[in-house]
Amino acid sequence: MAASGITARMEQFGAAPISIYRRAMNGFVTLAAAGAVVLVLTPLLAIFGYLVYKGIGSINLAFLTQTPKPVGEVGGGMANAIAGTALILLLASIIGVPIGIGAGIYLAEYGRNRLGNLIRFTADVLNGVPSIIVGIVAYGIVVLTQGHFSALAGGVALGIMMIPTITRATEEMLLLVPNAVREAAYGLGVSRWRTTLSITLRTATSGVITGVMLAFARVAGETAPLLFTAFGNQYWNWNINQPTAALSLQIYTYAISPFDDWHRQAWAGALILIVLIVAAVSAVRFAASRGTLKGAN
Amino acid sequence: MANHALGAPRLTGPQPVPKKEVTETAAQAVPLLKPVRSELPDRIFSLAMLGCGLCVLALVGLIIYELITKSQLSWHAFGWKFFFQSEWDPVNNQFGALPFVYGTLVSSFLALLLAVPLAVGVAVFITEMSPRWLRSPLAFTTELLAAIPSVIYGLWAIFVLVPLLREYVEPWLGKYLGWTGLFEGAPYGIGMLAAGIILAIMVVPIVSSITREVMVAVPQQQREAVLALGATRWEMIRTGVLRNARAGILGGIILGLGRALGETMAVTMVIGNRPDIAKSLFAPGYTMASVIANEFSEATGDTYLAALVEVGLALFLLTIIVNILAQILVWTVTRGQPARAN
Repeated sequence: MAASGITARMEQFGAAPISIYRRAMNGFVTLAAAGAVVLVLTPLLAIFGYLVYKGIGSINLAFLTQTPKPVGEVGGGMANAIAGTALILLLASIIGVPIGIGAGIYLAEYGRNRLGNLIRFTADVLNGVPSIIVGIVAYGIVVLTQGHFSALAGGVALGIMMIPTITRATEEMLLLVPNAVREAAYGLGVSRWRTTLSITLRTATSGVITGVMLAFARVAGETAPLLFTAFGNQYWNWNINQPTAALSLQIYTYAISPFDDWHRQAWAGALILIVLIVAAVSAVRFAASRGTLKGAN
Repeated sequence: MANHALGAPRLTGPQPVPKKEVTETAAQAVPLLKPVRSELPDRIFSLAMLGCGLCVLALVGLIIYELITKSQLSWHAFGWKFFFQSEWDPVNNQFGALPFVYGTLVSSFLALLLAVPLAVGVAVFITEMSPRWLRSPLAFTTELLAAIPSVIYGLWAIFVLVPLLREYVEPWLGKYLGWTGLFEGAPYGIGMLAAGIILAIMVVPIVSSITREVMVAVPQQQREAVLALGATRWEMIRTGVLRNARAGILGGIILGLGRALGETMAVTMVIGNRPDIAKSLFAPGYTMASVIANEFSEATGDTYLAALVEVGLALFLLTIIVNILAQILVWTVTRGQPARAN
């Protein structure tokens, strides 16, 4: 409903014409809002443009298969950091996904009470905790206990950050499942736990996966909580008890270094990271657009 | 909630007698009803789910516990003075967090100053002005901004934004607005202004997505009523939509503030990391999150580490208060209770 059309029509019916000032104001605000959109999208385009422009030339086989060269030597790659990110994200998912989904099930199926409200509120609080604080806590409970930095500590930090997102998404999706579905299962004599797992959760699967992917995308690029947990490493490492490189950490280290070749590699690493994240987010968008209750069939 | 009661509670609780009745007498009347199975699995399942829920509580408790116990040393050494002293000298074990608090607040407010008009503009355009086919792509693209990791913002800021500021923007600002004192000194590029701008870019999608949410929650009749009175589109948006949604918009802004306060990497990469309090926005500064990021893994000495954790504790409390405030404000609008117009 375009307002200009409406005002024109009003005048047709003999209403008083709208003053020039009011028209001008309307036009000005419309322009300003459109301008705001352009201004906001400019950095987005600039960032993606620069990532592609600077990154694409630096991605080659060596970058994807080699470990970093010592300072001063040109070449090398981020293969160990890519693997490290995968390892840390795997650990984070192992920790965060079951607890997040479990807490979501509790909130949706059992949490219509005071304790449920408290947990819901706490999950929102946890969601707002700055990532660097989570890093301090993971340092306190894992690094200090183990006595050294490790992939496990990084996984714990990111896992903690995944939980609130997954919890609230799971709850929301389970509440979308019609109660008639649950009642049908109960009516057939199916026990409550079985109903929740095989009927309710199953029905909400795609929605829950959306939540998990969003949480995943959110932590995949996190750097701050890894600074003093996973710490970084110049070599291959598959041991979860050892310091481990991560793509985001490597980008940070290279970006603030004074070497041109490292800057080049930072752009390449950033391009790979963003492709990973945008792929995850787009997959979610696609899945979500096909209906939240798709898992039913 | 009533529906849950239909199926489940009947199965919980020790009721051995009715169980037999069901199997023997009611079997004919309700042929599909099988003998009620053992309640044990149900109980185990609900306990396990409760355990996961309690985990969330425990985590926040753990965060608070860790932050408080690990900062004791610094708390005992400096007390409240910690937040009002500007000397940060690890060598002599003197720690004052004032420059970091200052840097965090100034960079965040600068970010809001730049971001809020843009974010509200974007939200207004998407919900009220844009053609229908453009709505979803625009919403998706602005939200994509929120998905970019902070370290990539930092990378971009170092190599694109900072040179741009150094070569063009800051000399210009210094020339025409230098008399205010806010824009004086050598234009390094790196400094408070760069941090504020990059934070603004990061905060826009949060503020605009919440603003959109609360604007959509305003009933359509409000718009129609204002239009029927002969308002132009802008007048309709101002009096019919924005006024009714303002509590929620304020909530979105505060939520953005929460994000800006805790943001670490992008700011650390461009703010200059010097614990000074300077009036000029061109001067380098330091934030609470940045000092933790930079110095935590190199902190030698227990007091040093405790001081950093205390900075973390202060940051934690600050963001929690801000976030809770925001939640309440957003909640008042989206739960169907429009703010009263005065």
